[in-house]
Amino acid sequence: MRYSVLQILRQGLTGNRGWKPVWREPEPKRHYDTIVVGGGGHGLATAYYLASAHGLTDVAVLEKGWLGSGNVGRNTTIVRSNYLLPGNEPFYELSMKLWEGLEQDVNYNAMVSQRGIINLYHSDGQRDAAARRGNAMILAGADAVLLDREALQRKCPYLDFDNERFPIKGGLWQPRGGTVRHDAVAWGYARGADRRGVDLIQNCEVTGFDIRNGVCHGVETQRGTIGADRVAVCVAGSSGRVMGYAGLRLPIESHVLQAFVTEGLKPAIPGVITYGAGHFYVSQSDKGGLVFGGDIDGYNSYAQRGNLPMVEDVCEGGMALMPMIGRARVLRMWGGLVDMSMDGSPFIDKTPVEGLYFNGGWNYGGFKATPASGYCYAHLIATGAPHPVAAEMRLDRFERGAAIDEKGVGAQPNLH
Amino acid sequence: MIIDHPLLGPRDAQEFAILGDASLIDRPDWQAEDAAKLFHDYLHLRDNPAGEHRELWFHEQGDRSWLVVTRSTLTHEVLKVELARDVAIARGRDR
Repeated sequence: MRYSVLQILRQGLTGNRGWKPVWREPEPKRHYDTIVVGGGGHGLATAYYLASAHGLTDVAVLEKGWLGSGNVGRNTTIVRSNYLLPGNEPFYELSMKLWEGLEQDVNYNAMVSQRGIINLYHSDGQRDAAARRGNAMILAGADAVLLDREALQRKCPYLDFDNERFPIKGGLWQPRGGTVRHDAVAWGYARGADRRGVDLIQNCEVTGFDIRNGVCHGVETQRGTIGADRVAVCVAGSSGRVMGYAGLRLPIESHVLQAFVTEGLKPAIPGVITYGAGHFYVSQSDKGGLVFGGDIDGYNSYAQRGNLPMVEDVCEGGMALMPMIGRARVLRMWGGLVDMSMDGSPFIDKTPVEGLYFNGGWNYGGFKATPASGYCYAHLIATGAPHPVAAEMRLDRFERGAAIDEKGVGAQPNLH
Repeated sequence: MIIDHPLLGPRDAQEFAILGDASLIDRPDWQAEDAAKLFHDYLHLRDNPAGEHRELWFHEQGDRSWLVVTRSTLTHEVLKVELARDVAIARGRDR
């Protein structure tokens, strides 16, 4: 069923009795052309683009829980393409362009809201770095505007501009950045993939790979062995655990990242604001809650919950940036697992095992990458060659001395 | 998290900085034939287990000792704490 205004009118006039389940719940077949392991945002996007861009529909997505039960359901919903390095920025700009056409493409309301993102700067050095980043963005086809203090003050008068320690001097604004309704992204891609014939199989955890003579022939699951010519792993957060079944060690550590949301408030924050002197970012949801987060806790974790010291650190960042936030009460906080890689950048690549592909290492920036990640991963799986904008995101880049280190802190995952 | 320091007793984990997997103690031989590969693996690849994990913590706001903390990455429970010096000597890395 195609969703449209006419459809809503028709259903409304006929008692809403015509709505159908959004996707099927098929039994797994014994063999597929391609299996995508992981039914999160990236996995579902991969399946969608395999079907829509490459015509491959003999595809199954295996998900251990329910669709979208991982990080796509627990992030802070920010989309942006304000990266610096040539190995990253064209990829994230492709993602931004795909976000802009996503709802029409998948025929699903994902509430893509381009309200802009502002990265603040607090010193002359930071302003120069922001200008350089803005120029790098423009060169890659993105948009960037350097705001001085007066221009920023007109947009966000409530920031603590005259903070004694970190006065706010301005910000780098990407008007096309913003937020997207995260769950709807998973649901939209799932529905789009299902309509094109992809089998979405939930409650089906992968427990091993069928690897013989260095070739992957399928996966072992809770529901038996399923054969496949190509197996595409897409389980960021648990990458180490799943790829361990194939005997591979990765340049990745699993960490916990916390996020927070306050009670609903009247509209106060126009887009996304990130603090330049600490790690804090905030936006306001359509329901009015302030959605904010900060740094990862810093130690390896698979617990999906963090500790209080980081809660304090994030709230301190919020108070230093915009003291009015102290009047809001936090309603909920939660944690998610993130793949922290050795240079803070992701991987979309083949593995040494033939027929086994890997997508992961998204650090805490995987949500914004969802469309391009799926698009480039599908390209790699379907054509055997990396997509040009993801050509640097290889597993062997450290061996080649070709790390994509945006922050420049080296092989220390908890500092990226 | 509370880390039971072998010399100072229980201390809040906030006093510490974590470096990462305790296998970083086992620095490869730089004169080995395949030293480039060994150092790549040493520096970049991780076991990243879900469960018991041995890791290096530095008591930055305390006595500045290095510790090997055995901790569960599933529950954050600290299971064992040793001085990294003792661990390194036991592994023959006392230079």
